[in-house]
Amino acid sequence: MKQPTTQPTTQPTTQPTARRVIRVVLPYHLRAMARVDGEVRLDVDGAITQASVLDALETRYPALRGTVRDQATHRRRAFVRFFACERDLSHEPADAPLPEAVAAGDEPLLVVGAMAGG
Amino acid sequence: MSGVRVLVGTRKGAFVLTSDARREQWDVHGPEFAGWEVYHVKGSPVDPDRLYASQSSGWFGQVIQRSDDGGVTWVPMGNRFEYDGVPGTHQWYDGTPHPWEFARVWHLEPSPFDLDTVYAGVEDAALFRSTDGGSEWQELSGLRGHDTGSSWQPGAGGLCLHTIVLDPSNPERMFVAISAAGAFRTDDAGKTWRPVNRGLRSDGIPDEDAEVGHCVHRITMHPSNPDVLFMQKHWDVLRTDNGGESWTEVSGDLPSDFGFPIAVHAHEPETVYVVPIKSDSEHYPPEGRLRVYRSRTGGNDWEPLTDGLPQDNCYVNVLRDAMDVDSLDSCGVYFGTTGGQVYASADAGDSWQPIVRDLPPVLSVEVQTLP
Repeated sequence: MKQPTTQPTTQPTTQPTARRVIRVVLPYHLRAMARVDGEVRLDVDGAITQASVLDALETRYPALRGTVRDQATHRRRAFVRFFACERDLSHEPADAPLPEAVAAGDEPLLVVGAMAGG
Repeated sequence: MSGVRVLVGTRKGAFVLTSDARREQWDVHGPEFAGWEVYHVKGSPVDPDRLYASQSSGWFGQVIQRSDDGGVTWVPMGNRFEYDGVPGTHQWYDGTPHPWEFARVWHLEPSPFDLDTVYAGVEDAALFRSTDGGSEWQELSGLRGHDTGSSWQPGAGGLCLHTIVLDPSNPERMFVAISAAGAFRTDDAGKTWRPVNRGLRSDGIPDEDAEVGHCVHRITMHPSNPDVLFMQKHWDVLRTDNGGESWTEVSGDLPSDFGFPIAVHAHEPETVYVVPIKSDSEHYPPEGRLRVYRSRTGGNDWEPLTDGLPQDNCYVNVLRDAMDVDSLDSCGVYFGTTGGQVYASADAGDSWQPIVRDLPPVLSVEVQTLP
């Protein structure tokens, strides 16, 4: 039987997994879907990447599944962008580390609905 | 006291319009899902307080919403629509193969037999079913897997499955319509399908007996007479008396037989309503006069209904899902326009009044008759 990955007994090391608080700013429509005001703060375990942050976001707010990235492929939706620290991270690999300022909680990850449509 | 609830989907949200049975004073609630396109909102025949809404956005994709209290509160449900198996290809506009790609849900059809069963017609054309009230969706892939599936081509609005008609007397039988493939029927609850387009004539199709390739805009059925269906095709209004085995044109004396919606009177199975539109090039009423046409003879003989509708300088359209009827003793008829008006008639179309005038462009109108 497959063990749940969150079981502490399955961790190969004795070191506790690092947990960070990540700040995320959502666009208006996704704040409405999640029923939150302002930025959200997410507990994220392990490496701080787009993928791990979005995993945490969708776990905390299931209504957002499929709105930022495809549920099957995890590809970013075409008109959604990720900005942080004055950089466009939209085309970075999903498993690439986010800037240290984001991982440290000093700067938020911005999820942006791209301006389009004329 | 009985009443009416009108569910309106628009380009910028959903609205719920309610009235008592007199249908003179209306309460307008909304917008729900403000700023999102709401292609369709529909209530369950089993429990009228169970509503489903299709909310979508070019930015953030598809959301399915459900209400269990008649539209007062809503909960997001499952929005994972994955084609069954390897999706394969259909034809693109230029005739080349194009992968099936999910875009949005056009139409939601709750089952008349089971509260938690609901069907979704999607773009690119496929039929999905949920049996748990909208949490999980499974494709009924026998439709898209029909021998002709790889040859289906999109219409101007995309390759969309926009119409689902459930036979209330036979849970095994369903009809769907796809632009621009045509109408299809199943007699085994969705496992297998076959085109039912015999008798349709579409300019631009070299083979006039083509099995598929027809731009069917809407089909409808009176529940007491499930072998009779009426169709508004891109051009032509048609009827079948044998469950789609063959169709006969009944456009008769309409000023134009182009249009989108078609509806049947709640108590008179041979009384039919259409909204003629000048042409597929212009998409507005002939002569700028908004007229509903009614036939009391199942087609061919049509009368214009104009009392209360604008008869000059009117250049709106009425989309395929934007007309419905109530089932009060004096049948009410309702439709919404791309100009944001929702018109109601409490006397079977003899006279009309606007319920609201300035909504966003109306995509769909569904009517519930409340006990």
